[in-house]
Amino acid sequence: MADALMPLFNVPEGKEVTVTEIGGGQALRRRLTAMGLNEGVKLKVLHSHGRGACVILVQNTRLMLGHGMAHKIMVKG
Amino acid sequence: MAKKITIALAGNPNSGKTTVFNNLTGQHRHIGNYPGVTVEKIEGRLNYNGYQIRVIDLPGTYSLTAHSIDEIIARNFVLEEKPDVVINIIDASNLERNLYLTTQFMELGVPLVLVLNMYDVAQKHGVTVNEQRFSELLGNPVVFSVATKKERMHAFLDAAIDLVEGKNIFAKTSIGYGADIQAELKKIEDVLVQDKLILEKYPSSWLAIKLLEKDDEVLRKIKKSKYADEVLEQSEQSIQYLEGIFNDTPEAIIADGRYGFISGACSEAVGLNYELRHSVSDKIDGFLINKFLGLPIFLGLMWIVFKLTFTVSIPLMNLIESGVGGVAALVGSLFPAETALKSLIVDGVISGVGSVLVFLPIILIVFLAMAFLEGSGYMARAAFIMDRLMHKIGLHGRSFIPMLLGFGCNVPAIMAARSIEDKKDRMVTILVNSFMSCGARLPVYALFIAAFFPQDMAGNVLFSLYLLGMLVAVLIAKLFRKYLFRGEAAPFVMELPPYRMPTVKSILIHMWDKAAMYLKKAGTIIFAGCVIVWFLSNYPQDVSYSRNYDALLQSQKGYIEQIVELEKQREAEKLKKSYAGSLGRLTVPIFRPLGFGDWRLSVALISGIVGKEIVVGTLGTLYAVGDDSAALGRALRNIERTDGSKLFTPLVAYSFMVFVLLYIPCMATIAVIKQETNSWLWALFAVFYTTGVAWVASFVIYQGGRLIGFQ
Repeated sequence: MADALMPLFNVPEGKEVTVTEIGGGQALRRRLTAMGLNEGVKLKVLHSHGRGACVILVQNTRLMLGHGMAHKIMVKG
Repeated sequence: MAKKITIALAGNPNSGKTTVFNNLTGQHRHIGNYPGVTVEKIEGRLNYNGYQIRVIDLPGTYSLTAHSIDEIIARNFVLEEKPDVVINIIDASNLERNLYLTTQFMELGVPLVLVLNMYDVAQKHGVTVNEQRFSELLGNPVVFSVATKKERMHAFLDAAIDLVEGKNIFAKTSIGYGADIQAELKKIEDVLVQDKLILEKYPSSWLAIKLLEKDDEVLRKIKKSKYADEVLEQSEQSIQYLEGIFNDTPEAIIADGRYGFISGACSEAVGLNYELRHSVSDKIDGFLINKFLGLPIFLGLMWIVFKLTFTVSIPLMNLIESGVGGVAALVGSLFPAETALKSLIVDGVISGVGSVLVFLPIILIVFLAMAFLEGSGYMARAAFIMDRLMHKIGLHGRSFIPMLLGFGCNVPAIMAARSIEDKKDRMVTILVNSFMSCGARLPVYALFIAAFFPQDMAGNVLFSLYLLGMLVAVLIAKLFRKYLFRGEAAPFVMELPPYRMPTVKSILIHMWDKAAMYLKKAGTIIFAGCVIVWFLSNYPQDVSYSRNYDALLQSQKGYIEQIVELEKQREAEKLKKSYAGSLGRLTVPIFRPLGFGDWRLSVALISGIVGKEIVVGTLGTLYAVGDDSAALGRALRNIERTDGSKLFTPLVAYSFMVFVLLYIPCMATIAVIKQETNSWLWALFAVFYTTGVAWVASFVIYQGGRLIGFQ
């Protein structure tokens, strides 16, 4: 099940994954795109507080996603 | 004569744009990642190579859509004020993301110089860039720089001047969104061409892209065009067609095109060798935003900030107060007699100035701490740590610190809300902030708790007031979020900048900026308000006293105690017969259902608008006890209703304290609400709704308390 799709909040800290889908409306997608996170991009989960906010590493940028954002991003391992 | 040119600095937040600005203009500005900070237009000037250059520091943005105020400001400046050159500052160690903004400047077709800043850091990360090749690929001059070391600042100024003079121009390159998109863009442009008026201001290719992206601002502009129907019909058709073949929005496809262009250019001219490794910042984050340690560390830091703020600022505030008192006494002694002019200058003007100045120490110290937390990069982490909790009341992590600061003083707290990017969140945070019980309310609590509650209950009563304030804030925040500032919360995504040591100079500048803004914008309002309240409590001047005080004073000559007593009584009677006194009597019926229908309490509440601690001073004057708080407590206990029963019971005292906690924010808070919302309407709204909330809360407590058997 290494390649199974899952929401970002389920990804354990330290794991690298690829974004497959950004849901939750245009606003989030637009904002993430501008910050370098769009579909197909690799990211690494640095900190994840369960179902709350998480911190990810995209290229050389650390992005913090607020509560609920990580539910809307689907990734594969 | 030096030739005058204008250059605009643009770039992502954290790209070092502000450092570049400071280097160029020599005018230091705050370095941090507060998105709101640069919403004000920051300008500087320099002379270079025979040019007089005006430099505008545009707000830091990731993009140029119409979805945030910062982006609209940046883009409208470029479109409407047409700077001679836009200097795009790029964080060289985050090339691809930073170049996304660049592609949008390219779409705008403005003269562009690309500055790869922090090149030293990027090299350490394994990034090497072929300057010449990169310039050709991007169609604009590319220059390296290290702004923090002031390296190569002249190189990009030279490049900018070359552009102005028409030298060394690279052939424009096009971004290329794919054949299908290009074809539709062409169709839209063909329709747009008819409207010469709009094309004078905006490039047609850019308008076409924005139409496909359904950009609100551009749509609004097009709707005013004579050819609106045709243009909109074509763009609608194109969008539908493209959505049909891509199964996605054209906006997303265009974004992909931009990133495709970027990665194409990077793969040819940039040697990327970096691996994702643990940086120092990540190690620090291991502690600071650790699942278990993060919160205690944050709360500990906040405790230190609070402790520092109060240990340092309270003595300073006292110093200012006694300083102002000294000046008042000195000026007062210059007047031979008690005249209206003396009262105006001493009690009105000087104490008004004092009311403004007294907040300065706390503003300076709070923003010293805030500037350090921001500049170091910790502020963004704090937002992460608190996001979960704040989410529950419909706000974001960013709102926590302003709320917390409210316990100290609502004035700097509301000013700190500027860091909240989302406008709705910011408004809610500003509007509910005054429910956080600030330090000025403590003297009122202290007086009433000591007078009406047993010693062993004092702590609990006090704590319950603070708790009640928080609960009301949370409740109202939820209500506002639901009804007043509706709509889905904006996606909360924030960059965590690397930790760095902020420079002393940048912190000082930030402190000064905040203080200057407060003095300029809020200061005048506070001052005017104080003078109005002074007028209300000192006029009419020709009071017909019940006794001939002058004669009595004369007869008691030599008996200090009696004279002091008489003076106090005269003061009390004067205030009673002033406009404030009349207003107090007029408003008694409003407070009767809350348990404290006594004109003196109403007058105290009115004067408390200047500052809530003044409630105590006014009561002291009205009961002719001066600042003897034990005597005031006794006086309060002795107030009787018309039927002879005592007015104050613990329940009434509690109801009164709750009213003081929640009602109309003090003058300084109202002034900063006006300053930060830029609207008198919101300031007035805050005045009325908080007072309404206070009335309802006190009513519920008093009447509810009576129902369940309290007196």
